Amino acid sequence: MGNSGAKETTSGSSTPQYDVVIIGAGVVGNAIARELSRYALRIAVVEKELDVGMGTSARNSGVLHSGIHYKPGSLRAKLNVEGNSLMEGLCRELKVKIQYIGKLTVAAEDEEMPTLHALKEQGEANGVPGLEILDPEDMEKLQPGVRGLKALFSPTTGIICPYTFTIALAESALLNGVDYFLGEEVREVKRNGQKFTVRTRKGLGLVSKVLVNAAGVLSDKVCRMLGINDYTIYPCRGEYLVLDKRLGHHLSTLVYPAPHKGKAGLGIHLTKTVDGNILVGPSNEYVDGPEDWATTSYIMGKLREEGEKLLPSLTTSDIIRSFSGIRAKQAPPEEGGFRDFVIESRTDVPGFVNLVGIESPGLTSSPAIARMVRDMVSALVPLREKPEFKPELDRMTGYFHELSAEEQADLVAKDRDYGEIVCRCEQITRKEVLEAIENPLGVKSVTALKFRARVMMGRCQGGFCLPKIVRILQEDFGYRPEDFFLYREGSHLFTGRVRS
Amino acid sequence: MGPKELKKGVVVVGGGPAGLAAAVSAKASGCDDVVIIERGRMLGGILNQCIHDGFGLHRFKEALSGPEYAQRFIDQVQDLGIETLLNTMVLSINDSREILASSREGLFRIRAGAVVLAMGCRERTAGAIFLPGTRPAGVYTAGVAQNLINLQNIMVGEEAVIMGSGDIGLIMARRLALEGASVKGVYEILPYPSGLPRNIQQCLKDFGIPLHLSTTVVELHGRARLKGVTVARVDEARRVIQGTESFIPCDTLLLSVGLIPENELSREAGVAIEPLTGGALVDDTLMTSVEGVFSCGNVLHVHDLVDHVSEEADMAGHFAARFAVGEMKPRDSYIPIAPGRGVRYVLPQKISGEMDVVISLRVAEPMEQKAIVGRDQNGRGIFRKKQVKLHPAVMMRIKVKKEKLQGVSSMEVGVEG
Ligand SMILES: Cc1cc2nc3c(=O)[nH]c(=O)nc-3n(C[C@H](O)[C@H](O)[C@H](O)COP(=O)(O)OP(=O)(O)OC[C@H]3O[C@@H](n4cnc5c(N)ncnc54)[C@H](O)[C@@H]3O)c2cc1C
Repeated sequence: MGNSGAKETTSGSSTPQYDVVIIGAGVVGNAIARELSRYALRIAVVEKELDVGMGTSARNSGVLHSGIHYKPGSLRAKLNVEGNSLMEGLCRELKVKIQYIGKLTVAAEDEEMPTLHALKEQGEANGVPGLEILDPEDMEKLQPGVRGLKALFSPTTGIICPYTFTIALAESALLNGVDYFLGEEVREVKRNGQKFTVRTRKGLGLVSKVLVNAAGVLSDKVCRMLGINDYTIYPCRGEYLVLDKRLGHHLSTLVYPAPHKGKAGLGIHLTKTVDGNILVGPSNEYVDGPEDWATTSYIMGKLREEGEKLLPSLTTSDIIRSFSGIRAKQAPPEEGGFRDFVIESRTDVPGFVNLVGIESPGLTSSPAIARMVRDMVSALVPLREKPEFKPELDRMTGYFHELSAEEQADLVAKDRDYGEIVCRCEQITRKEVLEAIENPLGVKSVTALKFRARVMMGRCQGGFCLPKIVRILQEDFGYRPEDFFLYREGSHLFTGRVRS
Repeated sequence: MGPKELKKGVVVVGGGPAGLAAAVSAKASGCDDVVIIERGRMLGGILNQCIHDGFGLHRFKEALSGPEYAQRFIDQVQDLGIETLLNTMVLSINDSREILASSREGLFRIRAGAVVLAMGCRERTAGAIFLPGTRPAGVYTAGVAQNLINLQNIMVGEEAVIMGSGDIGLIMARRLALEGASVKGVYEILPYPSGLPRNIQQCLKDFGIPLHLSTTVVELHGRARLKGVTVARVDEARRVIQGTESFIPCDTLLLSVGLIPENELSREAGVAIEPLTGGALVDDTLMTSVEGVFSCGNVLHVHDLVDHVSEEADMAGHFAARFAVGEMKPRDSYIPIAPGRGVRYVLPQKISGEMDVVISLRVAEPMEQKAIVGRDQNGRGIFRKKQVKLHPAVMMRIKVKKEKLQGVSSMEVGVEG
């Protein structure tokens, strides 16, 4: 699919020179790109998928953690708390929905009380504000129907749409001058003299003074390209079920059981999304493939059982989709648990800023990670602030369907494309679809539209709107059936015309 | 500024076969301002993509294509001067029959004398049936593939497997075969097909497409485009029988695994939903639990024949008009009807006993040489209808005269030997 603000491969022409090249356009790579775009630097982001945020950054719970769970003094603790506090302002600039709905960590029995107190102390040591231990009465006020002895309430726990946020970071970076190379898988990295040469599978070559490894679950592979064999990622899958919005009102805050020793994840739980769905999950299974995003009948069955326990009014038709994400774990299965983030400016490979094992709370920490990387980069290339840096994105926060009828009527009066609903379940308008198609990074897949306009995300999963979107792309933008990808290269949706 | 305010007699939500017939009937029954709200760019609903024939055998004693069948009603709508709002989406309905709708012309709020819900149904998706594996391109619901192939000239794939034997799946198996695709087979988890017997003959047997019963798709394969599916046999409890798995290479999987009445707007309006049908709970005027809100067609319960949809919609439209003009007598008591042995559901779920009724029902499994029997609270027979063949795919409609309902305070409809 065409229309791309991102750079196309230009084989043959001279190799572009950059100050900073970032490998990987997940939330981490984009947060770094956007932070560095404040400065007079030539920056490029190279991403193997056809869009930003197609990896782990689109495949997680979307929770802005408060920071109670991490060991004081660890990078995870520090960056989580700092990232969480930066999020509100950042989301305001980027027009991304954010809701600080808080979280109850519930002790079901007496034996769990010490855990609760320890979490509170740990959180306070990490600088988490507003922590309180609540009685059942106050718990009930926050989440009707919640059961338990006591709960630790963390008011700074929030929710965000992880891919909307990732895309917004990328668009902001792009508008502030960062070059994006999408569909370009880095296969080879060489350091000659003071510079890195990056080469992609399709033959794109880029030269840069600083190289940032933000390749997520594949970050160990990028390390190996530079002869760094210190790290191994053990992919650990988390599967989810997505529930119909109909049930969203059941959750007003997040409720987690008190953590148990020996468990790596936070336990299967319900998470509300900013768009009103509920996620059941994630599970916690080591797998072989770093991008094996399959879901399994065994885990889906478990999730469903858990979901029904936590939400008795759940019926089969409320389950609208399943998906999975992969944690970039450094702890091998026999060790379990978590290791700290690796964020380092390598002295053995000067100019290489390396990020490995950015698992949870990577989303929450991303703005703080970006600042930390900025400080590392400032020691490698001089940073000069650009007066023309524009922090805001010009757009509406959220969707048409979230407005009042009066506001909607006004918008339709201004632009008739708002009056035409393309996606029935999520009530997404033609205007929103057009904006997604014409987004600055370009569109190469229908998933790119899905992640931007929220089409195909509802209970009918595109049954209604996919044909309509295909019609718009064909009639208004001249796409041919062969041009439609579902998400990545080779994922052709159609094989051609029925009749020529 | 806010939405534009309007007032109408009968507002029909949906311009498919149910909505069209309801509107025509409402107008003929004495309501002057009937309006159809349709979100598509033309009337006819799902019939527009049903270019095969077989529609209208009951109603018109002719085999029409979907668009031809729809046209008969569209002509009447036009002749009667019924107002139609196309490209208009109803955003919400409340329990006072206020409808908020959106179109390129603007937002408007209509206060309706009566509302007929005729939104149809949607297809069950891969997510809804827990299809495990990766998420490659090439997996479509049968109806989406039908739309793309028949209305947009887009070919979805070359080697197809059909999961589920619903009617649209069967029709699409034939359609793909006609367009030169290789159709590997239809895999149905139940021990009997879900589609109509005539479609099994005309769409599969006549084209040599195999139907595998008690077999289902258990995994999808492929990182980008679908590479194949694993199928396996299942036991009576629909559990996979280990060791029966086999890999079928294909680039396309069409799902025909059920239809869900689309009642999100109805729920918002406070309409009580019957879990057995997925549609509204209705009385013998097809009025829902919300005063003045009626329901008909696939949004009420999934039909297998459009002729029956039209028949049902005639009734909903008629009573909606009566309600809108203030001529509907309020009822003070009802006779509940419940499904008995061997019956999956009955509709309406309650009747007045003051007029003749048509009872729609589906049986729970295929049977032969049985009778459908309605009995009252004392076990006394109200009606008995002998059937040579009974099949869940075939909806039955049984007329019961009001004379038979005297002294009845509740009814159960079951299958008897
Ligand atoms: C199940 C689950 C739940 C989670 N829940 C939360 C949560 O609630 N809150 C929270 O804060 N965090 C959460 N996380 C963690 C969070 O999602 C991650 O920390 C974060 O998304 C990591 O971002 P990233 O940019 O490092 O990785 P990614 O998003 O994976 O980005 C890496 C990118 O690099 C690209 N890439 C890799 N190799 C190459 C190459 N050779 N050439 C070019 N491009 C390449 C990939 O395609 C990918 O787009 C969760 C994670 C999982 C798995």
